[in-house]
Amino acid sequence: MSTVANRTMTPERPIGEKGDNRPKMPIYLDYQATTPCDPRVVEAMLPYFTEKFGNPHSRNHQYGWEAEDAVETARKQIASIIGADEREVIFTSGATESNNLALKGVAHFYKDRKNHLITVVTEHKCVLDSARHLEEEGFEVAYLPVRQDGLVDLERLKNAITDKTLLVSVMAANNEIGVIQPLAQIGEICRSRGVLFHTDAAQAVGKIPLDVKAMKIDLMSISGHKIYGPKGIGALYVGRKPRVRLQALITGGGQERGMRSGTLPTPLCVGLGAACAIAEKEMGAEAERLRMLRDRFYAAIKQRLPEVFLNGDLEQRLPGNLNLSFAYVEGEGLMMGIKDLCVSSGSACTSASLEPSYVLRALGVEEELAHTSLRIGFGRFTTEQDVDYAVEHIVGAVNRLRELSPLWEMAQEGVDIKSIQWTGH
Amino acid sequence: MAYSEKLLEHYENPRNVGSLDKNADDVGTGLVGAPACGDVMKLQIRVNEQGVIEDAKFKTFGCGSAIASSSLATEWIKGKSLDEAEQIKNSQIAQHLALPPVKIHCSILAEDAIKAAVADYRAKHAKKDESASQAAQ
Repeated sequence: MSTVANRTMTPERPIGEKGDNRPKMPIYLDYQATTPCDPRVVEAMLPYFTEKFGNPHSRNHQYGWEAEDAVETARKQIASIIGADEREVIFTSGATESNNLALKGVAHFYKDRKNHLITVVTEHKCVLDSARHLEEEGFEVAYLPVRQDGLVDLERLKNAITDKTLLVSVMAANNEIGVIQPLAQIGEICRSRGVLFHTDAAQAVGKIPLDVKAMKIDLMSISGHKIYGPKGIGALYVGRKPRVRLQALITGGGQERGMRSGTLPTPLCVGLGAACAIAEKEMGAEAERLRMLRDRFYAAIKQRLPEVFLNGDLEQRLPGNLNLSFAYVEGEGLMMGIKDLCVSSGSACTSASLEPSYVLRALGVEEELAHTSLRIGFGRFTTEQDVDYAVEHIVGAVNRLRELSPLWEMAQEGVDIKSIQWTGH
Repeated sequence: MAYSEKLLEHYENPRNVGSLDKNADDVGTGLVGAPACGDVMKLQIRVNEQGVIEDAKFKTFGCGSAIASSSLATEWIKGKSLDEAEQIKNSQIAQHLALPPVKIHCSILAEDAIKAAVADYRAKHAKKDESASQAAQ
């Protein structure tokens, strides 16, 4: 536990140029967006760039054999952290590709017999967009709503399954609100009805315990850069008992049991494997540490600022994630006021499409509160000092912006904001 | 988003933040936008006997571009007549702050806020003139 906590990416807080005691590098609190590679992962990867650079599919010489060994070791490490057999793990370029393959690959294989899929409105865009793509091809898709706490209603799921349903796709942990779905119960429902269960576990692997057999999961997407591994690599678990069949999206030399052709990027595979191995060992202690940091942060914020709301369930949640709405203060404006912190927001002003977060809307969060939201993600290299600094900084910025806010003024005067006829635009 | 220095300056040091008494005779208040859209601007003007804007105050719920646009608006309208203030175009605001295309609507809202404040002031005085002329009859 001590080695990980000491391994900060920006050890001392260097004094700013003007001697004003402000750190030079901003503090990274956006661990759901991506994570830095753990230095131990980079160390594991390096030999495979210039020394052991062989193609793992070269059968006839040592360069090939060494690369193949490394890839197969990585495969075992990935299988281990999710409770799978190594023959059930194939490498992809990332969770987006894994999700595409899971949905489209499975749908195309079974399309003559079944044509109905079920997913959830809060899924990542790569799942929702793949589902929409399948709808254009003639498949039918049901998009289940979620409750206010962000969790899927299991009764609704049961009622949505028909005898034409081939696949249910529910993400393990949500990237915006960190909410964890009841995977074992969903798996039980699906298995009993003869429906395949896919879960996008990009945010969950290495953070919460997962067991594909116990949870009756048939397909699982894994992302390297969400668990301190490199970007550009992921994996898809494809169950063998019961056997899941799928049609490859990427065809060629037939690598990965014909499911995903292409030369495997040995260093990246090694990196993903190493990241999983580290996570498997350190998950328990790390989760506890993150929960402690998160609770410390949230308690301090709640104590010093009124009108702050949590989006999504607090208990069924990734330990390092918070999604908070700071009423009467818009998210992008707030982020500009906390330049030394790296976070993200569900405000419309931060999206290219000018639409507020669809995940927050799905929770029933009113639009004006969606615009005031910040997503804060703590991670392996976050320190207590980072957390305390973040609290000071955010409290200061929120107070300053509330002084600027006509809505805060109205609320203080007791005006019912909902009663006003807004001009809108 | 990479904002211009002028925009950042307005965000860090907004001009004329505050409120005037909306019930006062010489004050016009404009309230535009909607919380559901993530953009609300309140802009107020104090107008003297000669019809010149002596003071202006604003409060904004919105992103950095919205705050900067409304801050700039209050700066520009001080010392102008009501007619002159109404001539201010959103494109001038957008150009001065170098707003990125996706943020142009913030400058439009600022222009609307100015016009709304002026219209409110005029409406108050139209009523006064009306009741004054009625009393005179």
